[in-house]
Amino acid sequence: MDWIMAILEDLLFIAAAPLLAGWIKRVKCRLQNRKPPSLLQPYRDLLKLYRKQPILPHPASWIFRAAPYVVFAATVAAAGFVPLVAVDLPTARIADVIVLVGFFALARTFLVLAGMDIGTAFGGMGSSREMTIASLAEPAMLMAVFTLAMSAHTTNLSQAMNYVLDTGLVLRPSFVFALGGLMLVAIAETGRIPVDNPATHLELTMIHEAMILEYSGRWLALIEWASQIKLMLYGVLIANIFFPWGIARDFSPEALGLGVGMIVLKLGLLAILLVLSEAVFAKMRIFRVQEYLSFAYLLSVLGLLSHIILEAARVHH
Amino acid sequence: MSITDLDLYSQAILLLAGLIALTSFLMLGQSRLVRLVFIFAVQGALLAGATAMAAGVLDYPHLYISAGLSLLLKGIIIPLLLHRLIHRMGLHREMDTIDHPARLMMGGTALVVFSYYVSLPIVQHSTLVTLNAIAVSLAVVLLGMLLMISRRQAVAHVVGFMSIENGLFFAAVVSTYGMPMVVELGVAFDVLVAAVVFGVFFFQIRASIDSLNVDRLSKLSEAEQ
Repeated sequence: MDWIMAILEDLLFIAAAPLLAGWIKRVKCRLQNRKPPSLLQPYRDLLKLYRKQPILPHPASWIFRAAPYVVFAATVAAAGFVPLVAVDLPTARIADVIVLVGFFALARTFLVLAGMDIGTAFGGMGSSREMTIASLAEPAMLMAVFTLAMSAHTTNLSQAMNYVLDTGLVLRPSFVFALGGLMLVAIAETGRIPVDNPATHLELTMIHEAMILEYSGRWLALIEWASQIKLMLYGVLIANIFFPWGIARDFSPEALGLGVGMIVLKLGLLAILLVLSEAVFAKMRIFRVQEYLSFAYLLSVLGLLSHIILEAARVHH
Repeated sequence: MSITDLDLYSQAILLLAGLIALTSFLMLGQSRLVRLVFIFAVQGALLAGATAMAAGVLDYPHLYISAGLSLLLKGIIIPLLLHRLIHRMGLHREMDTIDHPARLMMGGTALVVFSYYVSLPIVQHSTLVTLNAIAVSLAVVLLGMLLMISRRQAVAHVVGFMSIENGLFFAAVVSTYGMPMVVELGVAFDVLVAAVVFGVFFFQIRASIDSLNVDRLSKLSEAEQ
């Protein structure tokens, strides 16, 4: 029963990711006074790409062909570890956040290798940029996770969520800082403005697009889908760790229904927040990303320090 | 006693303490003077919020007065004064150079750890709930000093000085429930007068070296310029 639930939840995760991307696009269009496409447009795009014949560049090796599958599989596996609707999942019990970061790193490594594999200038440039950003974003993310772990005494996601649910509403300075740090990391890692612009093919600014420029057909569909899932993963992480209220703690239909409704609400609100920040901030120069990510790191470190200084239990003599 | 045992208001005081420390770090990393003054105003407002919360939790009505005073002075009047000065001197587009931002931030973090280490013995011998924040107030003082050391613009020095005063005021609120009213009023007006006097000084400095960059003060003769 548990495992069926876990698999169903993972499938729901994968199926809902393009919907979130469609929602983000829609809100963005509204903000820019454009006529929005249908919510289902990302599904149509994926289907169209899937039907097209993929083209293999001449110098491509097996890495180029394997990368989309590895990226997609790693992202799907990562989605399985993050509680979406219900907390107590067997898949969430066997892996913690560090494994999650590891799966992201695996997917990224293959994407970077594939970018360099075909030997075009753009691929190499995108790969080097992606690795630069990742090497700065990963420590910040891990610091935020450790901040969380110091309060919850675990790096396991479902146990951490249970801990937050059990203690109720506590205004923790460390959580506020960790939330800020994780949000900044999420924006950098999913390639949104101000770090990268997902909607552009302008040569000198792109990062993610530069790596996957040679992909077409179903391989491109898989990579696009994987990046949509990754975006949703970060959204669910932020929503369910810091605001876990409403998530189902057992498998009764009412609890599950409430869980689905709450996560839709939370993700919808987070998406609006993301679009608003994208509307307010301009894309920054690539050399300023380092400052941005060191600020994320600073936030996470301050979270860690404020846990020790402000929250820790004191011993009375 | 850990944070889960406290009531929501005391938690909010600790949260505000964390945010005050964050504003100090933001000031340290901000090279535009107008934004620097804005962050200083935010710090003043957060300080006033924390003081008002403390007044509510501890049932010390006179703290409400000092909260209102610090909101008025540090959140509104002094930032407005500085803002007007910056515009009148044509500095609102100028960028102050920060030599090693990453090293500066690491130094700031080290100062936070240091002030925690220093205040640990004090905190351990008390049952006062908000005393955990004393390390933060000490850190705000030290970060204000670091801001003064690392900058060349005289305006940034003044902001650093004012934020040191913020740290001292916060220390007084969290450790002794605020200073006596007379002292507090005196300090508040001293700070206001200081802001005005600094304004006069800016014009003096600019008249003599034609800039507010205090590095130029170390040059003895005008011939080598």
